[in-house]
Amino acid sequence: MSTQVFRTATLFLFGLFFLVPIAAMFEFSTRGNGINASRTWAAWTSILTYPDLTDAIKASLALAAITSVAMLFLLLPTMVWVRLRIPAMKSVIEFICLLPLTIPAIVLIVGLSPIYYWIALNVSDDILTLAFGYVILVLPYAYRSLDAGLSSIDVKTLTEAARSLGASWPTVMWRIIVPNIPVAILNALLLSVALVLGEYTFANLLNYTNLQVAIALLGRANAGVSISTAVASLLFAFVLLMVISFVGRRRTPSLGAAATDPQYLTAGQRT
Amino acid sequence: MTVADRSAVITAGRAIGGGRRLPLTWIGVIPFFAYVGLFLLLPTGIVVAGAFLDKNGNPTFAEIQTTLSQDYVVRAYWNSLLLSLVSAVVGAVAGAILAYAIVLGSPHGLLRRVVTSMAGVLAQFGGVTLAFAFIATIGGAGFLTVFLQDHGIDIYPNGIWLYELPGLVVVYLYFQIPLMVLVFLPALDGVRPQWREATESLGGNSWHYWRYVAGPLLFPAFLGATLLLFANAFSAYATAAALINQGNPIVPLAIGNLIQSEVGLSDPGQAKALALGMVVIVAIVMVSYAILQRRTARWLQ
Amino acid sequence: MTENTGAMQPAVSETARRSVEVRLEDLRRVYGAFTALDGLSLTLAPGELVALLGPSGCGKTTALRLVAGLDEVTSGRVIFGGTDVTSLGANRRNVGMVFQAYSLFPHMTAMQNVAFGLRMRKVSEHERKRRAGEMLELVGLSRFADRFAHQLSGGQQQRVALARALAIQPLVLLLDEPLSALDARVRARLRDEIRRVQLEVGTTTLFVTHDQEEALAIADRVGVMNKGRLEQFGPPTQIYARPATPFVAEFVGLTNRLPGTVKDGEVEVRGARLPLVKPDTAEGPAIALVRPEAVSLVAEGDGGSGQLSGTVIAVAFLGATSRITVDLGDMVVLAQMPTASAAATPAGTRVTLSLRPDPVLIARDEKASVDA
Repeated sequence: MSTQVFRTATLFLFGLFFLVPIAAMFEFSTRGNGINASRTWAAWTSILTYPDLTDAIKASLALAAITSVAMLFLLLPTMVWVRLRIPAMKSVIEFICLLPLTIPAIVLIVGLSPIYYWIALNVSDDILTLAFGYVILVLPYAYRSLDAGLSSIDVKTLTEAARSLGASWPTVMWRIIVPNIPVAILNALLLSVALVLGEYTFANLLNYTNLQVAIALLGRANAGVSISTAVASLLFAFVLLMVISFVGRRRTPSLGAAATDPQYLTAGQRT
Repeated sequence: MTVADRSAVITAGRAIGGGRRLPLTWIGVIPFFAYVGLFLLLPTGIVVAGAFLDKNGNPTFAEIQTTLSQDYVVRAYWNSLLLSLVSAVVGAVAGAILAYAIVLGSPHGLLRRVVTSMAGVLAQFGGVTLAFAFIATIGGAGFLTVFLQDHGIDIYPNGIWLYELPGLVVVYLYFQIPLMVLVFLPALDGVRPQWREATESLGGNSWHYWRYVAGPLLFPAFLGATLLLFANAFSAYATAAALINQGNPIVPLAIGNLIQSEVGLSDPGQAKALALGMVVIVAIVMVSYAILQRRTARWLQ
Repeated sequence: MTENTGAMQPAVSETARRSVEVRLEDLRRVYGAFTALDGLSLTLAPGELVALLGPSGCGKTTALRLVAGLDEVTSGRVIFGGTDVTSLGANRRNVGMVFQAYSLFPHMTAMQNVAFGLRMRKVSEHERKRRAGEMLELVGLSRFADRFAHQLSGGQQQRVALARALAIQPLVLLLDEPLSALDARVRARLRDEIRRVQLEVGTTTLFVTHDQEEALAIADRVGVMNKGRLEQFGPPTQIYARPATPFVAEFVGLTNRLPGTVKDGEVEVRGARLPLVKPDTAEGPAIALVRPEAVSLVAEGDGGSGQLSGTVIAVAFLGATSRITVDLGDMVVLAQMPTASAAATPAGTRVTLSLRPDPVLIARDEKASVDA
């Protein structure tokens, strides 16, 4: 019985701690003008009337898409190749992919600015170039997710079977590997999207206006709208991660917890 | 040609043209290494090497020395270490308790999945959104501030501490605790019910169980998780940037300001020196974490 | 049963031997609407090794955990040597338990594991080491005293677990499918090891398993369980040769299911008349359960006659005996005989079967009681 009391009390107290600030954000963003004004959704409905904000939202969404796809095309073939041909390299690849956890964004940006300076001059100074850096930030989470997925299928046997039946490498990747790790790929994609949408450091210090930077800037001018946007982006990320947790478990229970557990994948903050 | 014939040819090819086959195997990883080399390893190199160069590009220790001996830098490192330590320890203890409460329930139940998903979001939450959430809660005109004021409690008798170091500690807990839950839950899961039952059948009670079995088993995991939390807090930039508008109370903010200021642009070595210091500290912590992880994995897998 | 010959000194002194009678009285365990154990009554004589045998879900593990005190009874009593322990928690019952997996504490060496129970009893360090060493010697693992669980093989881990359970000189030794997680090869050896140790120490033992070969090989008596109830309880030979119910007949050993008709206190299978275990079985169509050893065959033309004739499909060489599969057209029959005789009728031979007139059990269902 005492465990029940402990459980309920603990979950209640922590629930309060975590839900109150979110509730406060809701409260703040629905305040009317004046002391006794009634609640209003003005701060929410007017999100779309701020061109800087909508531009930033579009840019962030585009960045999210580009980063996730680029990450997949860069990482998955490499990981499969290493598993098949150069197993000894696995620990090297793993080390490199987990490096961004030890080299935080704020440090990385110091070394990246000169490179971005060069890119802005010679390639493009569009905000979408942020994707180059974002792929790096996303590496640890994407790697862990894909690694868990690849570990749960026998890549070697599947590939050898396909090759012996005459499949080319692209066919193997597209028709054999990918369909067998849908959950891991989905995880990697969703985590990348969540990370990019929440990213502030790179954008701010490279003077680009992505979603989070726009929210911060707007905060000085119109707190209500900036907070409503912040809550919206938070809810979006929450829905994404809930999708990971539930889709993963229902579709392929055989894949094992590691491939589907957000706890294993999202450890480590990257602000 | 049959499969056997084909593989015989390949093997023969390998024997004869051994040196020739090697480049082909490495082709697969070239794109990865090229990309990572340019966008991860090169910047890291720039930071590390650049810290040892002066304004004119000559190698020297002077840059590091002068930068790191400045008053505000020393204070920034001190504050960063303090902030990280406090938020890590408090977050670790609180997170461990919460994780324990979760693990007592069913492993596949709805509650656990919801809480784990929430923890996943909150652990990544940081930055602007988090800062704003706390401003909305206990900021000057925050929901809780006003509520308490209406009941006669002033939480800011000496000025608003939310925008200073103490405020950062409280705000950091918001993502430290969920991170602790995420990292510690697997370790708790790894504690088998058979060990508790064995302890009982051998004559031990709850206290014996925690003192001799579960405690020692979970300690490396707990310590490792605390280290991870420390590194996490130490590296965080966005939350502090959104909460604190002026000054350089912690190292990431100092670096950020240097990058964007005149001083930083004319003397890029400074930012790099600060960054190098950060990397060294975080690297030491992460290596220790990795070692503890291996011990945990051996016992609790 | 192997008696202790004078050639080997017992590792445990006579005075340390504790053999008590263990009595289970009408144990019931109900979870909501589900009855896991439905009135189990059993008595284990002092020093006896009783095996509880049955398929998963039959309630054998539930029974074991009730005896251990790791689970609470819904009704019934557990009695150790005359003392009712039903209301005592596991840590007060003085039982030794070996689990199926994850037996050992991973952060302690083998020696520390074995000494753990003694530590709970506040035995001095010196004495702990001595007794733990003695136990490790008993299971043959003295050399591995300082190894950790992950440095030991599965079989070695279970032996350490056994030593740990016995170190506290328990009133009862409980083993929950200790061999199920091990390699087949290791299983047979360890099974005999466990029996040897148990005999030497003399502790009353309850051994739960789903492997009938294990149960029959080492137990003094076997209790066959199904769906929460005890179907038969007796020595292995009796369980095998005189199964009391169709379930036992089909779960233990192989059984042929031969369609026939019950009439006048006998069952007729294709002309052969067999006596019944229960002469008052209702008349009518029935399925006779016949052991392969009761089936013998001769090549057609060698004096064989009758309606039980067919062709040999396969001969499985099992060592000293061989098992022959015969196709009678509308059914398949297994016969088991010494390999030498089996050589006379290889695959393809037309043969005639004869059934030894042992009393047989009758099953009525179309479906077998036990899934393959």
